[in-house]
Amino acid sequence: MIRFVTSRLFRAGLTVLSVMTFAFVVLRMSGDPAQVLLGPDVPQNVVQDFRDRWGLDDPIWRQYLSYLQAMMQGDFGLSMRDRSPAIDLVMQRIPATLQLTIPALILQLAFGIPAGIYAALKQGTLADRSVIVAAIVGFTVPSFVMGLLLVLIFAVTLGALPSGGASSWQHAILPVLTMSIGGIGVLARFSRSAMIEVMGAPYIRTASAKGVSWSDVVRNHALPNAAVPIVTIVGFMVGSLIAGAIIVETIFSWPGMGRLLIVSVTNRDLAVVQCILLLVAAVMVVSNLTVDLLYGWLDPRLRQTTSAH
Amino acid sequence: MNNLVEIRNLRVAFDGVPVLHGIDLDVAPGEALGLVGESGCGKSVTWLAALGLLPGKASVSGSVYLQGQDLTGAPRQALERVRGKRVAMIFQDPSSALNPVIRVGRQIIEALRLHRGLAGTAAKTEALRLMDLVGIPDARNRFNLYTHEFSGGQAQRLMIAMALAGEPDLLIADEPTTALDATIQAQILDLLITLRHEMSMATVFISHDLAAVAQVCERVCVMYAGKIVEEGPVAQLFDTPRHPYTQGLFDAIPSLSGPRRRLVPIPGTVPDPRHLPTGCAFEPRCARARTFCTQHRPELLPQPEGRQLACAYPVPVAQDAVQPEEEYQ
Ligand SMILES: Nc1ncnc2c1ncn2[C@@H]1O[C@H](COP(=O)(O)OP(=O)(O)OP(=O)(O)O)[C@@H](O)[C@H]1O
Ligand SMILES: [Mg+2]
Repeated sequence: MIRFVTSRLFRAGLTVLSVMTFAFVVLRMSGDPAQVLLGPDVPQNVVQDFRDRWGLDDPIWRQYLSYLQAMMQGDFGLSMRDRSPAIDLVMQRIPATLQLTIPALILQLAFGIPAGIYAALKQGTLADRSVIVAAIVGFTVPSFVMGLLLVLIFAVTLGALPSGGASSWQHAILPVLTMSIGGIGVLARFSRSAMIEVMGAPYIRTASAKGVSWSDVVRNHALPNAAVPIVTIVGFMVGSLIAGAIIVETIFSWPGMGRLLIVSVTNRDLAVVQCILLLVAAVMVVSNLTVDLLYGWLDPRLRQTTSAH
Repeated sequence: MNNLVEIRNLRVAFDGVPVLHGIDLDVAPGEALGLVGESGCGKSVTWLAALGLLPGKASVSGSVYLQGQDLTGAPRQALERVRGKRVAMIFQDPSSALNPVIRVGRQIIEALRLHRGLAGTAAKTEALRLMDLVGIPDARNRFNLYTHEFSGGQAQRLMIAMALAGEPDLLIADEPTTALDATIQAQILDLLITLRHEMSMATVFISHDLAAVAQVCERVCVMYAGKIVEEGPVAQLFDTPRHPYTQGLFDAIPSLSGPRRRLVPIPGTVPDPRHLPTGCAFEPRCARARTFCTQHRPELLPQPEGRQLACAYPVPVAQDAVQPEEEYQ
C-alpha cells in the first residue's frame, strides 16, 4: 500500500513538473510580454528596463532555473501587470470558480448517473431511447453554443435570468447549467453502457438464480460492479470541468480563475498563467489519485492484497 | 402427480426465432437426469426458461409444473421463492458466476438469509458448515476472501455451497465441470454424486461429457436443435442407442469399456435455428435418412422397451452396437 502511494505520488510530481516546464517554454516562445504589456508606442529604454527587471533577456534555461528555485521557496512570482504576487491574484479568483464547478459537478453526478442507470434497466424502451438522445445532444453541442442558447432562451426571450455578471446567486444558474449539461450527457451514456454490461454478466444471472429479488440484484450485485468504470469517467470529468470553467466564465463574465487565465494569457502575464496551470495540474493529479484509491476500494481485484490465505 | 418437475410443450423463441420446439420432460424426486447434446441445442435455455431467467426478448410458452405449480407466467415474487429455494442452478464458468466485489462468505449468507431466514452468527456458522461440506479447506479463514482468490474448482465448490443453502429439491448443474481441469472435474463430479445422495435432492446434469453423464445419472435425455430426440435409462441408451444422433454422439467419444472403436465425429454441423430443415432437423447429417425424413418431423414417442424416441428409421434394436458404424462409411 505504501509503495503504491509513493509510486503514485512520484508520478504525480513528475506530471506536475512536466506541465510546469511545458507551460514555461511555450509561454516564452510564443510572444513577448514587454511588447504586449507596454504597447507599441513606448520608448526603447522603458522596454529595455522592463526586460531587465523581469530577466527576459537571460537565456531561457537560466530563467527556468530561477523560476524553479523560486518555486521551491514557495515564491510563485509577481504579476507583470501590477507586481502583486501571482498566487494572491489566483487565490482571489478560486472561490468564484468553485461556485460554478462544484454545483456543476454535483448536478452531473446527481442527474447523469441515475439517468444512465435508469436507461440501462429500461433498455430498448422509449425511456431508454429518450435518455440516449438527450445525452447525445448534451455532449455534442459545444458548451459555448449551449451557453449562448441558454442565454437566448432564459435571459433574452424569457428575461427570467441574468445573462452575465456575478452579483447574486441567480447569476450562477445559467453558467452552472452550461457547464453541467455536457457532463450529464457523458455520464448518462457511460453509466448506461457500464450498467448494461454488468447486468449481462454471469454473476447477475447467478444472483437471480439464487432467488435474490430484482431490486436487490440491481442494488447489491450490479451497482457495486458498475461503480468501477463510472468512477473512472468521473475522474476524467474533473478535467473537463476546468476547461468548461474557462469558456463559461468568459461567456458569462464570471470573475473566476478561467477568466483570469484568458486575460493573463493575452497579456503574457507569465507568472499568473504559470500559477494557474500549476494549480490545474495539481487538481488533475489529485483527482486521478483519488480515482486510483477509489478503485482499490471498489474492486478487490485491483487491491494490492497482502491478506493471508 | 408424483413428479417433481413436469415440463410440457415448452417453447422458446428469441426475437421471433424459435430455439426450443416443444420440450416435454419429467424429473422425479431425487433422480439424476442427464441432458446431453451439441452446443446450441437448447439445454441451458430449457432450464433458464423454466426458472424465468431468460432476457426479456425471449418469448416462452408451454408449462413448467413444479409439484403442480405452473412456473411459466408465474408472478416475479413466486419465481423468486422458487429460485434457489426449490430449484437451484449452478453454471459453467464458476469464476465469473460469483460476484467479484462481494466476499464469498457474504454471497453464501445472502442465500441463507433469503431461504432459511438465518442471520448473524447462525448464518455464518451455517455458511461455514456448507463450505466445509463442499470441501473448501480452511473455510473459516477464507470466508472473507473474494472470488478471484479462489481457483476455478474451488469457485465451483462455492457455487455448490451457495446452491445448497436453500436446501433445494432440484439442482440444475449446467456444465459445471466444462471450464475445469480433468482432475478437478472428477472431484466436482464426485462431490455432486455424494451431495445428491446425502441431501436426497434431484439433479439435472447438463453436459457434453457422456462419460460424466453415465457416472452421475440414471436417466438421460438427448437433445438436438431444440427438441428431445431420445430419452431413456443411461444403460439402455449407452448400450443400444437407437436415434442415429445418439449413436453418433457415442461414436464420437472414446469408449471406456468394451472393444476399441474408431472415433467417428458426426458429419456436418448443428443447423442454424433460423434455417432449420423442414423435416427432421438431423436429416442433413444422418446416414440413415430417407426421403421421408426430409418432409416429416418425427414426434417423440414411447417405445416398448421403455425409452422415448423421435426417429422414423431408428437403429434396429437387435443390431450389434459395432455394426452401424459400417453404414457411416
Ligand atoms: N440470450 C440469448 N439471445 C439469443 N439467442 C440465444 C440466447 N441464449 C441462447 N440463445 C440461442 O438459443 C439456442 C440454445 O442455446 P443454449 O444456450 O440453450 O444451448 P446449449 O445447449 O446450452 O449449448 P451449450 O452447450 O453451448 O451451452 C442457441 O441457438 C443460442 O444461440
Ligand atoms: Mg448451455
